[in-house]
Amino acid sequence: MISLRLEPRAAPARWLGLAVGPAAVVVTFILTLGFVVAAGASPIQAYRTFIVGPLTSRYDGLEVLVAATPLLFTGAAVAIAFRAGYWNIGAEGQLLVGAIAAAWAGTVVGGMPQVLAIAVMIGLGALGGAVWALGPALMRIILGIDEVVTTLLLNPVALLIVTGLLNGPWRNPVTQFPESREIAANAHFPHIIPDSRVNLGLVLALVLIAAAWFVLGRTPIGLRLRATGLSPDAARFAGIGVERIILGAALTSGAMAGLAGVSLVAGINFQLTDGISSGLGYTGIVVATLGALTMPGVILAALFLGDLVVGADSAGLELGVPSQLADIVKGALLLVVISLLVLRRNRIAIRRGTEAKGAV
Amino acid sequence: MNDTPAVELRDVTKRYGSLVANDRIELTVARGEVHALLGENGAGKTTLMRILYGLTRPDAGAVLIDGRPVAIHSPKDAIAAGIGMVTQHFALVKPMTVAENVILGATDGMRVRLDVAAAKVADAAERFGIRADPLARVGGLSVGEQQRVEILKALYRKCRVLILDEPTAVLVPQEVASLFAALRRLCAEGIAVIFISHKLHEVREISTRVTVLRRGAVVGTRTTSDVDDRELALLMVGRPTLGVQRPSAASAGAPILRVEALSATSRQGLPALRHVSFEVGRGEILGVAGVSGNGQTELVDLLCGMRSPSAGRIELDGTDITGSKPAEVVAAGIGRIPEDRHAAVVGELSVAENLALEHLSEFGSGPQLDRRALVRHAEELIQRFTIKARPDDAAVTLSGGNLQKLVLARVLSRDPKAIVVSQPTRGLDVGATEYVRGELLAQRARGAGVLLVSEDLDELLALADRLIVLYEGQIVGALAAADADPARLGLLMAGLFHLEPVA
Amino acid sequence: MTFVSDVAAATLRNATPLVYGTVGETYCERAGILNLGIEGTMYAGAFFGFLAAQTSGSLIVGLLAAIGCGIGAGALMGLLTVTFGTNQHVAGLGTTLFLIGAADFVNRLQFQGSQEQTSIKPFATVNVFGVDVLSQYVLTYVAFLVLVPVAWWVLMRTTLGLNIRAVGENPEAADAAGVSVAHTRYIALLIGGALMGIGGAFFTLAALGSFTLDIIAGRGWVCIALVIFGRWRIGRGVLGALLFAAVYALQLRLRLLPSWSGVPFELLLALPYVVVILALAVSGRNVAYPGAYLKAYRRA
Repeated sequence: MISLRLEPRAAPARWLGLAVGPAAVVVTFILTLGFVVAAGASPIQAYRTFIVGPLTSRYDGLEVLVAATPLLFTGAAVAIAFRAGYWNIGAEGQLLVGAIAAAWAGTVVGGMPQVLAIAVMIGLGALGGAVWALGPALMRIILGIDEVVTTLLLNPVALLIVTGLLNGPWRNPVTQFPESREIAANAHFPHIIPDSRVNLGLVLALVLIAAAWFVLGRTPIGLRLRATGLSPDAARFAGIGVERIILGAALTSGAMAGLAGVSLVAGINFQLTDGISSGLGYTGIVVATLGALTMPGVILAALFLGDLVVGADSAGLELGVPSQLADIVKGALLLVVISLLVLRRNRIAIRRGTEAKGAV
Repeated sequence: MNDTPAVELRDVTKRYGSLVANDRIELTVARGEVHALLGENGAGKTTLMRILYGLTRPDAGAVLIDGRPVAIHSPKDAIAAGIGMVTQHFALVKPMTVAENVILGATDGMRVRLDVAAAKVADAAERFGIRADPLARVGGLSVGEQQRVEILKALYRKCRVLILDEPTAVLVPQEVASLFAALRRLCAEGIAVIFISHKLHEVREISTRVTVLRRGAVVGTRTTSDVDDRELALLMVGRPTLGVQRPSAASAGAPILRVEALSATSRQGLPALRHVSFEVGRGEILGVAGVSGNGQTELVDLLCGMRSPSAGRIELDGTDITGSKPAEVVAAGIGRIPEDRHAAVVGELSVAENLALEHLSEFGSGPQLDRRALVRHAEELIQRFTIKARPDDAAVTLSGGNLQKLVLARVLSRDPKAIVVSQPTRGLDVGATEYVRGELLAQRARGAGVLLVSEDLDELLALADRLIVLYEGQIVGALAAADADPARLGLLMAGLFHLEPVA
Repeated sequence: MTFVSDVAAATLRNATPLVYGTVGETYCERAGILNLGIEGTMYAGAFFGFLAAQTSGSLIVGLLAAIGCGIGAGALMGLLTVTFGTNQHVAGLGTTLFLIGAADFVNRLQFQGSQEQTSIKPFATVNVFGVDVLSQYVLTYVAFLVLVPVAWWVLMRTTLGLNIRAVGENPEAADAAGVSVAHTRYIALLIGGALMGIGGAFFTLAALGSFTLDIIAGRGWVCIALVIFGRWRIGRGVLGALLFAAVYALQLRLRLLPSWSGVPFELLLALPYVVVILALAVSGRNVAYPGAYLKAYRRA
C-alpha cells in the first residue's frame, strides 16, 4: 500500500512562492479541461482565446483594463480586511450599495461642476459601502458574532434592495425596463484612453491601492493592522486597540468595495441595473487570495482575471463555450492556489506500506 | 511470567532539521517496574515517548513489545499493542463526560451505551482505587481529577504499558502521594510504567530503574537504589548544578504595586478571584504559588490590562490603574511577561517589529514607520540580551529560550517600575532558565517590584522573598520565603488549612 | 384554508431545505469544519438533481444525483481542508464559486441558458393525516420525522457521533484516543454534503419543478447562520429554520394584501434574511464555538 502524506518543510520553499501563480494557472486549466471538451471546443484553442486572445487586439486589451477596474477595488477591499483578520465576505453587497448610492448621487449632481459631481459620487459610494459594512463589524466587535455569516447574509439583502428599487420606485419611466435613470453627463468618469472605456475608475483604484500599500507596509497603523490579523491576542496584549483596527479595516474594506460600484455606475453603465455586479465581490476574494493579500499581488491578479473575463466573453462568441467557464475557472483557480500554497510549507512524502513495516 | 521485556526500543532516531531530538536511543522496560526517564527540558524524553505512542514518526529505529516487533504509525496502533499514555497537556475533550472520554476510540459496535460505559468506568475506578464520577463533565474537573480520567482511559483500553509525561507537574504534593500509590498498584498487576520527570526526588521515590537522557541521547540506565542524587544530577546535566541563588539580604523598599480587594469572574462567569490584596515592594520578588486554575490566570490578566476586575483596586506607585487597557498599563510602567510566550509575540512578524510593538509611536517619522530606527533598536537589544536571531527573522523561527529573551528584552529594556511575570522558565533548558532567573534578580536589584507567578515550587523558593498562596481565587497563606518549604506550601495549595487568614 | 393554517403549511414547506442544509452543516461544524461550500452544494444539488430527473424521467434518479453531487462536494471540501489543511473560509467559498459556475455552465450548454427551464412533474404532496397543514412533500415528512431525530441520535448516541464531536472539539485528544481525525472529518463532510444536496434538490424536484438561476439565493448562508443560532444543536437549528420559514411565508402572504401593494416585493423578500441576522444578534452573542472550529489537524 502506498500512502501520501504531507510533511512540514523546515522552511517554506521560496522558489515555490514564485512558481505558485503560473503553476496554479496550468493546473487549473488541466482540471477544467472537461468542461471545454463538453462544450465541443478544442481545449488548446479555447484557452488561447481565453488568455492570449484579449491581448492580441487593442480594443480587447483595453477591455481587460476595464474588466480589471472593479476587481482592483474588490480585491483590495478583501485583502485589506483579510490582512486585519476580518473575514469580510460581503464585498458583493457593499459594491451594490455603493452602486445604489452612486446611481442616486449621479442623478442629483446635474448642476454641479464636473469635479464636484464626481467627488460627490465617489464620496457617497464609498460611504454606502462603508455603511453596509458597519453592521457586521459592530456585531463582531460588540457582540462577538462571526462576521463571515453576517457579511454573507447581507449580500442577498443588498441584491434584493437593488432589484426592489429597480422594479419599484426607480424603474425607468421611459423604457419600463428594470434600470434606473441615467446619471447626469457631468457625473460620468472621464475616459483616460481615447476610443476605449478605460476611465477614471482605473486611476482611482491604482492610487488607492498604492496608498493602501504604503499604509500597510510603511506606517505604524499598517503594522498594527498586520499584527492584529496575524495574532489578535498578542496584538491586544501589546497594547494595540484591536477593536478599532478591525473596525477601521472593515469600514475601509467596505468603502473600497463601494467604490467598485461607483466605478461601474460612473464609468461603464451610467445607471443602476440588476446585473451590475454578477459576483464581482466574490471574485474579489479570488483576486485577493491569488495576490497573496498583497497590493502588488492584487494588481496582477485583477489584471489576470480581467483578461480571463474578456477572454471568456470572446470564447463564448467565437467557440460556443459558455462564458460561465470563467466562473468555473475562478473557483477552481482559487482552490488550486490555496492547495499549492500548502505545498510551500509541506512536501509530499510517499511511503510504501511494506517499507515501513518493522520500523516504528 | 518470563523475562521478555514489556518494551524494547532499538536505535530510535528523530531529527528536526539540524537538531537531533533522539539519537539512536536504546531503552528496555520490564513488566511490573516503574521506569523513570530523567532529563532536562529539551533532552528528548517527550519526543521519545511520543514516538512510542505513535504521535511522532521516527526517522529510524524499531519498537518491540513483549519481544515482538510492532509497527506503530498512530496512537491507534500503540493502543492495539497495549500502550497507554498520559500526555503533559491532557488529551481530553472538555465538554464531554468522563465516560464519553474514556470510551472515545474504544467503543465496541455502532451504538454508544453510556450506561454500560459508566458502569465499566466505575468498575475500573474501583479496582485501581482511582475515583472518578463517570457522568461528570471533564471541563469541570480539577487537574488532578482530569489526570485520573486519563489513567482510567488507558486502563480501560487494557494497556500493559503506561507512559506518564511529567505527571506530577500539575499536582500538589499530597496528590502526588496518591498518584504514586495508584502506580504501585498497577505495577503489582504487572503493568510497566514509564515515568517522565526532571525531578530527582520523585524519580528516587517511585522508580525501580532510571534511564537518563541528555541532548537526545541515553547517557545511562541505573537501578534506582544503586545511585545517589549526585550521580543522577551529574548524568542529567553533565556538570554539577549551580542554580541561581537569591542574595539573602532583601532590602524591600516602599510598596510599588498595591492590590486591594481585587475580585474577578472567569470567562465562564464564575468567581475566579475573591478579594485578593497584597503589596509588592521596590526591590522585592513576591511569589504566587498555587495549583493552576486557582485564579492565577485572572490575576495576571488583570495586572496586564487584559481584563477588568469586578471589584477592587490596582495601584502602581500611588496611581490608580484599575481597569486600564494594556497600552495604559505599559505606559504606567508595568512590564508584562505572560505565561504563554506566544500570547505576547506575533510569530509571523519580525524580531525587530515584535521588539517595538508596545511602543510603535516612538518609531515614526511623520506618518511613516522609521524602519532604520526599528532595526537599530533591535540590534541593540539582541546584543544586550544575547538573543540568537537577526532583526529580520520571523519571531516564529526562534527557539523557546530566544523567544523568551525577546519578550524579556522588550519589557526589561524599558526599566519598568513593576514586573508581572508568569511561568518564566516553563519549557526552557537549563542555560536559558538560569539566564531568565538571573535577569529577574537583576531587576530586583535595580529596585523593581516583581510579581512572580509559578507552578514550579523550586523556582519560587529560589527566587521569591515572600510568597502568597492562591486557592480557589483567595489568598490562603502569606509567608516569608525563609519560612516556606514544599510540604507546608503543598498543604496550602491543596486548600487543606488556613495558615494565616488574610484580611 | 385559513390564513393561519396556510402560513403554517408554507412554513413547514419552506423550512424543509433549510432543515437539510442546517443539519448537514451542523455535522460538518461539529467535526470542526466550517463548510462554506454549502451554498454551492445546494445549488449544484438543485441543478444536477433537476438535470438527472429530466434526462432520466425519474425523480428518484434526480434525488440520487443530488445526493451524489453533495457527496462529491463534501469530498472536495475534505481534500482541501482535511488532507491539505487549507483555510476553511477560502476553501468553502472557492467550492461554492466552482459549483455554481459548473451548474450555470452546464445549464447554458444543456438548456441554452433560458431563464426558466421546461418543468418536470415534481414530487406530489401527500396528506397522511388528513389535515390540510400536513399536506406536505415526502421530503418534508422525512426531514422532520426521520432526519431530525436520526441525526440527533447518531450525533449523540453512536460511536460515529461521539467521534465527530470529539474531533471537532479536540482533535489531539481524539487522535490520542485512537480515533482517526481525518476519517471522521471526511465522513462528517460526506454526510453533510449529501444532506445539502437533498436540500438543494427540494427546490427543483419538489417545490418548483423547474430550475431558475440563483435558485438558492443565499439560503446556504442562512443555514450557516442557523447553525450558530442553534449553538450547534440540531433541535435549536431546526427551530431557527422554522423561524426563517415562517417569516418567509408571512411576507409571501403580506404581498397579497392590498395595503402592502406599494412595497416592492423584493424588500419583503429581504425580510427573512434580516430577521436571521437579528436573531443572531440576540442569540448568537459570544457563543462557544466547537473547540477545533476552523482548525486543520496535523500531528506535531
